[in-house]
Amino acid sequence: MIVAKRKPLGEIVEMLAPYKKVTVIGCRSCVAICLAGGEKEVKMLVSALKIKNKKDGRRQEFEGLVVERQCEKEWVKEVEDKILGSDVTLSMACSLGAQTIGDMYPKHLTFPGLNTGIFGVPEEQGLWSEKCVGCGNCIIHTTGGICPIARCAKSMLNGPCGGSANRKCEVNLEVDCAWSAIYDRLKLQNRLELIEEITPAKDWSASHSGGRRIIVREDARLTPHQKKGKEAVQ
Amino acid sequence: MSERKPKVVGFCCERHGADAVVLTARTGKQYDASVRLVQVPCTGRVDGIHILEALEKGADAVFVLGCLEKNCYYDTGSIEGRKRVGYVKSMLAEAGIEAERVEMFNAASTNAWAFPEIVSKMVEVAKRFGPIVPEGERR
Repeated sequence: MIVAKRKPLGEIVEMLAPYKKVTVIGCRSCVAICLAGGEKEVKMLVSALKIKNKKDGRRQEFEGLVVERQCEKEWVKEVEDKILGSDVTLSMACSLGAQTIGDMYPKHLTFPGLNTGIFGVPEEQGLWSEKCVGCGNCIIHTTGGICPIARCAKSMLNGPCGGSANRKCEVNLEVDCAWSAIYDRLKLQNRLELIEEITPAKDWSASHSGGRRIIVREDARLTPHQKKGKEAVQ
Repeated sequence: MSERKPKVVGFCCERHGADAVVLTARTGKQYDASVRLVQVPCTGRVDGIHILEALEKGADAVFVLGCLEKNCYYDTGSIEGRKRVGYVKSMLAEAGIEAERVEMFNAASTNAWAFPEIVSKMVEVAKRFGPIVPEGERR
């Protein structure tokens, strides 16, 4: 899932300061699971902002609400009146949610309340770790299911770097060396011969280096005729 | 002009916390009666939003009172309560508001003097900092 973290309160206050009416919109998807932008977090932020404003003598109106998935237009559309009825929207979703609102209502101001962080998994309660960087060309079938791009600090493709020692990464001694983990996993799977195979230099054009990426599934797209019909219904 | 009464809200678990309050009353010990107590099943049930809303609605200080951490009726409820209080304190600090306005306490049900001490401490905090919004400037 996408893991995010709330921006410091001071930064949020500063962003919102010039505006009178603020709608804070959370998301019940990834950011709710990672405790950054779900219903509770929206309520807490709104309450903290109200207390801060009372103390500072600033007059602002806040309304907090949550949508099912802020990165999908259908769900955002449901709260359109709340968005357009405010001076600014503070998105408590990942950047995808904030940008969805921004793209739908380009004249309206939409600011981010969270810093979008990583594609991560919950390792334990309250701790998420990055395991994918969305490079666009997955190779974990050759590395025992462990991604060397995301989990090795240097994204090494053919074994550990010279800095790895005692199974730990030289960049952060608390983090296991990804290639040690790959070795262990392949050994467990009796596929250790894979570690001998040379992986050629990665084609990064499928990654972000190639600019903004899109993924298309043709059979799911609407034909012009279907689009026209849908527009007529709406 | 009469002195303003501090507004202190206490979220109190219905096990050791509430028993400590009852014992205080039974033993005739005195505490500031202006404190408003909210009984909850367990301090693990207290969420950050409950504490923030109490402050938002005018409380000067808020405390959470639960069982002793190694003797919690629900095992880890008071540990959860302490973590939530910690998070709210960090949010208040970020907002430039005194984090000491919010505290977590633990008490055994057999401790008759714990509750009056907690109330005194929080009333003192409330008096020291006063209302978040000065009286007459309600916004």
